[in-house]
Amino acid sequence: MIEIKDISKRFGKLQVLDHLNLRLVKGASIALIGPNGCGKTTLIKSLLGMVLPDKGTITVNGRNIRHNIGYRKQIGYMPQIGRYPENMTIGQVLNMIRGIRNSDETPDYELYEQFGIAGMLHKKMRTLSGGTTQKVSATLAFLFRPPVLILDEPTAGLDPVSAEMLKIKIADAKNQGRLILITSHLLSELEDMVTQVVFMQEGKLLLHKDTAALKADTGKNTIKEAIVHLLKTGTK
Amino acid sequence: MIRILKYVTLDILKNKIVIVYTVMLALFAWSAFGLEDNSTKGILTVLNIMQLTVPLVAVLFSTIYVYNNNEFIELLLSHPVQRSRIWTALFTGLSLSMSVAFILGAGIPLLLFADKTTAFIMIAAGILLSIIFIAVAFLSSIITRDKAKGIGISIMLWLYFALLFDGLILFLYFQFADYPIEKPVVLLSALSPVDLCRILILLQLDVSAMMGYTGAVFKNFFGNSWGLVLSFGLLLLWILVPFQISLQKFKKKDL
Repeated sequence: MIEIKDISKRFGKLQVLDHLNLRLVKGASIALIGPNGCGKTTLIKSLLGMVLPDKGTITVNGRNIRHNIGYRKQIGYMPQIGRYPENMTIGQVLNMIRGIRNSDETPDYELYEQFGIAGMLHKKMRTLSGGTTQKVSATLAFLFRPPVLILDEPTAGLDPVSAEMLKIKIADAKNQGRLILITSHLLSELEDMVTQVVFMQEGKLLLHKDTAALKADTGKNTIKEAIVHLLKTGTK
Repeated sequence: MIRILKYVTLDILKNKIVIVYTVMLALFAWSAFGLEDNSTKGILTVLNIMQLTVPLVAVLFSTIYVYNNNEFIELLLSHPVQRSRIWTALFTGLSLSMSVAFILGAGIPLLLFADKTTAFIMIAAGILLSIIFIAVAFLSSIITRDKAKGIGISIMLWLYFALLFDGLILFLYFQFADYPIEKPVVLLSALSPVDLCRILILLQLDVSAMMGYTGAVFKNFFGNSWGLVLSFGLLLLWILVPFQISLQKFKKKDL
């Protein structure tokens, strides 16, 4: 569904993405992991067209995403730190995005209700706490029932109850066979949410495996242990 | 795009700085006409204030606004919206709100006290000046990612167009006073939108005689309808060129 072919990106002297190839198929739920600054966020931003790679192509459903914006209708994106216009209220943000999306699908209000967004519609974005902003981001990501979900550190900053709600929502999406791409540093919480692991380092792809195969190869029972094992022994 | 434009415009019109700017313009304009018994003097006072404040407020406010709306741009980009639409919506929103502020602040007293043609030319010039300096602000805010640098560039450009350029022309004028340089000066004045606006209005006021022989050349050149069309054309170019450059850069920008 998403095919990343040989993309490179350089910011000044820093090679952030280095000839990266990756194929993500429908129905997979992928954990994108790697140390800080390994290029995860740049990869995600490239997928969304916010960063334009120097080389290489990205295709979604066989169409190159350069000079093509329609594919973003299929993506729900939850940023690591949601940044919104300060003077807009939650209600205005939701309305505006609904208008831009112009989606025919009946919106998915499950998170909206669970997070109690309805009671905060008049609040301005700048007055919100980090966690509440994340709730708005999560609601927006799931609102239009997109077949592809890109979640950058989805549970960071959320209180335990809300984090649990979101995790259940992600697991549901996985079971529905949607393509999910999650980055997280909390390896233990990925267990129920992902079926594949992609490991990046210094802009390169080191590993792309099914979780079952990964556990079998390393002889561990959980994703967390398997990855820690990999990190300690080196990935080769 | 209309939807984005609506939110942007409403957001700016509610901004305190724009409200203060409108009130300030109104205060200056009303008192200028109230204190002077002669409406031409009043117009000249308004003109002088307009030439300094309108570009300054337009360029500074827009530069800061663009930087502060990086989040907004990012938010929109993760949805199916074209980059050029976002940039154009921001530009149009700023232009609309600054024009409304100018019309409410300075336009109303102008229409009441000055004769109709002069008032309309002044209002047109004020709106064009606002939009030109918004375009300049878009250019300087796309050149650098650093907000402080961007604001610095904007202030430098304002300083150059509003003050230094005049000095430069004057300097040339004195240095080459023995030569017939009226025509080159006419050409040079097209290089600064502020001067272009001033000449347009001064000629309209018929005080061009005070500008000596050059005034006559200006009158010859700008006074006829061709000159008027040409100078408005040049002012439009001052909007289009900086904005187009910034748009091309924005299309390739990494966020």
